Amino acid sequence: MSEREMKATAAPAEARPAAPADPVFTISSSPHIRDGETIDHIMWQVVLALLPVALFGIWWFGSSALINMAVGIIAAVGSEYIWQRAMHQPLTAMDGSACITGLLLAMSMSPLLPPYMVAIGSALAIIVAKQSMGGLGFNIFNPAHIGRAALMVSWPVAMTTWTKMADLSGGAVDAMTGATPLNILKMQGYDALVATFGGQGQMYTSMLLGTRNGSLGETSTILLLLGGLYLIYKGYINWIVPACMIGTVAVLTWIFGPAGLFTGDPLFHMMAGGLFLGAFFMATDMVTIPMTIKGQIVFAVGAGALTVLIRLVGGYPEGVCYSLLLMNAVTPLIDRWLKPRIFGTGLEPQAAKGGAK
Amino acid sequence: MWKSFFGGIHPYDGKDLAKTQPIEEMPLPTELSVPLSQHIGAPCQPTVKVGDMVKRGQLIATSEAFMHADIHAPTSGKVAKIEPRPHSGRGMCPAIVILPDGEDAWAEGLPLARNWEAMTGEEILTAIQEAGIVGMGGATFPAHIKLKPAKPVDTLILNGAECEPYLTADYRLMLEQPEDIITGAQILAKVLGTKRTVIGIEDNKPDAAEALEKAASGTQIEIARLRTRYPQGAEKMLIFAVTGREVPAGGLPMDAGAVVQNVGTVAAITAAVEQGLPLTERVTTVSGDAISQPKNLRVRIGTSYRACIEHCGGFREEPDKLLAGGPMMGMAQQSLDVPVMKGSSGILALTKKITEHPEERNCIRCGRCVNACPMGLVPSMLSILSERGDFPKCRDSYGLMNCIECGCCTYVCPAKRNIVQYIRLAKGEIRAEAERAKAKAAAKAAQAKEAAK
Repeated sequence: MSEREMKATAAPAEARPAAPADPVFTISSSPHIRDGETIDHIMWQVVLALLPVALFGIWWFGSSALINMAVGIIAAVGSEYIWQRAMHQPLTAMDGSACITGLLLAMSMSPLLPPYMVAIGSALAIIVAKQSMGGLGFNIFNPAHIGRAALMVSWPVAMTTWTKMADLSGGAVDAMTGATPLNILKMQGYDALVATFGGQGQMYTSMLLGTRNGSLGETSTILLLLGGLYLIYKGYINWIVPACMIGTVAVLTWIFGPAGLFTGDPLFHMMAGGLFLGAFFMATDMVTIPMTIKGQIVFAVGAGALTVLIRLVGGYPEGVCYSLLLMNAVTPLIDRWLKPRIFGTGLEPQAAKGGAK
Repeated sequence: MWKSFFGGIHPYDGKDLAKTQPIEEMPLPTELSVPLSQHIGAPCQPTVKVGDMVKRGQLIATSEAFMHADIHAPTSGKVAKIEPRPHSGRGMCPAIVILPDGEDAWAEGLPLARNWEAMTGEEILTAIQEAGIVGMGGATFPAHIKLKPAKPVDTLILNGAECEPYLTADYRLMLEQPEDIITGAQILAKVLGTKRTVIGIEDNKPDAAEALEKAASGTQIEIARLRTRYPQGAEKMLIFAVTGREVPAGGLPMDAGAVVQNVGTVAAITAAVEQGLPLTERVTTVSGDAISQPKNLRVRIGTSYRACIEHCGGFREEPDKLLAGGPMMGMAQQSLDVPVMKGSSGILALTKKITEHPEERNCIRCGRCVNACPMGLVPSMLSILSERGDFPKCRDSYGLMNCIECGCCTYVCPAKRNIVQYIRLAKGEIRAEAERAKAKAAAKAAQAKEAAK
């Protein structure tokens, strides 16, 4: 072996001095392509879907609605940012999920709630319900609902102070103009409720459009439906979840009516309270609901049934928040029980049928 | 009839880059590096020495092991070296390096002119075995073993799905040589004694389906147009789409009464049976957004990726990843000196624009992976448990070993989690643990034997 050859063997890189250096390739496990979807994009799309309802809330309830929503969002995003800074975590406060929490919290409470309470609720939601559990993805409960529940036990009066509604019954009943439709139903019964609106037709119309008393973002059924349909169309939520939850409420309230079986008013119950807001935007919160379709159906039906139980039997007029929190608690169990069937398992002897000819 | 399966994805397919390029003969490179391991099973041992002159199609490596496929010289020339060389699947692997003499002369007697219809099943199987044919879709399972199923089968399925993005080699083959595929299908049906023969093609290749239909007229062979959905070409998914039967978990296609062969393999079998030609070349797609002129090349086994890419005009842009196979299941390569092998369905060079993704975040339990998994697994939980190191739970509660690593879960994950990587880690740990347990048991048995003496 000549000296030159030896050199070439020792340093193969010098053997081809003229050739340009090869590119340095990245090595990683497959797959090497991904779709463009990101957490941030999904979250901001949900915010977009909530926008029509939020704007309606400002138009219907006035500037206090705008202030409460702004405070809710700022407090949520701010407390997430501060927490992540303090804990030296990657900063993901602007990924949209904290914004949703703050917005949903403000939307699920009375527009008359003092803004500082909204801020406290937002901070509790983010710090106690979300970040202390490990951040987005690890929270068991929907943060907005935890915030709302915390405020409910802390300031029950402020939480149930509603705007005044015009009494269209002409004084025929002693209508509670400062109450939500579900409150009137609970306290005075169905007839008084209809009378307050001045007739069944008017009641359905204002429940559909949202020109009624209630939480900031729960009143306009039609706009909530619009936002929900957008998310279904985009594939971010599964239609089966809101359909099962609202359907369960409709069927059960129809069966267990005020004057005996099958005398209920399902249409009213579907549009009352926070059902549409809860069914389209909270029962579909991917973090806190089961991952499989089967599990999601169980979750939605369970939440619907608990809502009806609280509305018709319980002490509160509305039950969407608590029913969802209860179902959040059993979500890990549902996920453990209802796994998809693994391809090629649990088969009938069909394989034998195919193979043994 | 079922035409698809549960789950799956529909990624950008990138096939436009190369689908209009007819198969082009790649000129002989200056050096061929033929790895001794190009199949599932035992690596081969060389039957030639350094300095030997070989002819194209001459046997150069074989093995005593049952599970192997013979390796043949891809051209005539001199055996220059036998040494470890880069390998697309295992880093470095011993390879026979051949310097072509430029004559490209066939070994004596080749090619033959045989009539397969006059041959017995046993003779056909021998011809396939002697040609060293393996599954050319990428799995590289020795064909002659697959064609002797231990259970009776009633359906032969030809896999023309080619569901991996960018790859168009099978498509061009179906379009340009449909007769070879149909003949091969008839040969295999004779060997297996199957009643039904189906060629499964995704419905994004209607012209290939038409070409095959034309070539198959007068025969009983069915052309099944399948929904374009990745991973339609995965064996289990294809069998389900064509027959409605599921391969039992942990089982083989024969457990569902089927044998699946890739269309490229079938064309190679036709050449092996009719002409006695060993597998010394294959069609492979050189493509990706970093390649100047994407092409479908007929390449000799042992040709380096570097030579193939240079033949395609080199790089147009700085590549970030060099892949052996498609972007969903292909392996990232670090060296351009990796050679084309029997299972090389494609060579892809992709830029950062395609391969760079946002950083990984926590699982947000959105369930997209669950809906995308064709095997009915819960990939998110597998990734979380594997990340946590709880490998036995992956196996026992979440069906870890059923994962086919198709990559759908990782593709759709909005948190950009490397789910397949976590799953591979868990599988590796489970296998290593089993090995350790086996070694421990063996040591204990040996000890007990010692003590009994």
